[in-house]
Amino acid sequence: MSYAFYLIISGIFINNFVLSQFLGICPFLGVSKKTETALGMGIAVIFVMGVASVVTYALNLLLVAANIQYLQTIVFILVIASLIQLLEIVLKKFAPSLYSALGVYLPLITTNCAVLGVAIMNVTSLANQTIFYAFLNGIASGAGFTVAIMILAGIREKMETSDIPEAFKGFPITLITASIMAMSFAAFGSLSF
Amino acid sequence: MKNKLRLTIEPFTNGIAKNNATFRLMLGTCPTLAVTTAAMNGLTMGLATTFVLLCSNFIISLLRNVIPGKVRIPAYILIIATFVTVVDMVMNKFLPELHETLGLFIPLIVVNCIIMARAESFASHNAPLPSVMDGLGVGLGFTLALTLIGLVREFLGAGAFFGIEIPVVADFAMTIFIMPAGAFLVYGFLLVLFNVAVNAFQKKKVAEAQGGQAK
Repeated sequence: MSYAFYLIISGIFINNFVLSQFLGICPFLGVSKKTETALGMGIAVIFVMGVASVVTYALNLLLVAANIQYLQTIVFILVIASLIQLLEIVLKKFAPSLYSALGVYLPLITTNCAVLGVAIMNVTSLANQTIFYAFLNGIASGAGFTVAIMILAGIREKMETSDIPEAFKGFPITLITASIMAMSFAAFGSLSF
Repeated sequence: MKNKLRLTIEPFTNGIAKNNATFRLMLGTCPTLAVTTAAMNGLTMGLATTFVLLCSNFIISLLRNVIPGKVRIPAYILIIATFVTVVDMVMNKFLPELHETLGLFIPLIVVNCIIMARAESFASHNAPLPSVMDGLGVGLGFTLALTLIGLVREFLGAGAFFGIEIPVVADFAMTIFIMPAGAFLVYGFLLVLFNVAVNAFQKKKVAEAQGGQAK
């Protein structure tokens, strides 16, 4: 139980996917102009990372049983890509309201390295390897991504009205903002369990 | 003949300067920030990506008339993932230390958006030779950018140059530059410098054009 708690706190704050592990930077910088879209993207990521963690973890057991772990990267990325496509179809059919909220973000997640990253981490560096912890790790890491992107989007909304030097406009100022966020998140690193 | 040569060379030079993945298109930001704690790491990551890009561009270009449009994305992913696995295995065997340092980011080359972007926008409708040149150019542009960021971070954060400690500078090393916050900061400020340079260049060009008209 305490390990589950550790996973959640660690995924959201200590080992924040975006700010300390550099996974999912593209959507973090690209979809963080408005808090609304950032929230949509965040929820879609939590959802996909949770499902992908379970599926890839189970598949890895098969790969290990057949002694073909070297196919890991290929299998994982194909499964994630098709899983996202499948999710899109299922959501469209059975949960149209959820689909209309998350639909546009789903295709973007295929190239979000956070999903493949968490799938690989689950089978290589997770201390207690069970399918439940893998699922929890996926959800917590997704939540960490959401927290980071929401904070950045909030700051960027405020920055719209401020007077920024020409050369800093757009990406540079966003990166510098992210840097200050990373400094404050680094403080969580001193938490120990 | 001259035209043909230009068509071969242009993708290469464009990839390095005009369409630089890191400083112009902001693609592949994850490895850019994650592995550039030292110049050597950046260089290795860049070369690994270049290899994958070169091979995948070549194969995709060869198969461009065979792959049906509807399943092209999964087909590209499969081709890219194959070469990434090759890189992963080769590095594991011959460069175990670097493989350890770069860790997770070697398999993650698969989802590097640069490779997908080049496959989709260049290799899928160009002949093999220009595609290879494009892969080489974009890859080397990425490598240069990663090495540059790595150099700056290593110099400021560890007071070293390609792993060799510089006597006086090392005493004033600021660890923050090899921490995550430093990655964002260095990339941000390098982009600013790049923007300033590009703006100045464009202004000069405009001024020259106007000067020419006045005459």
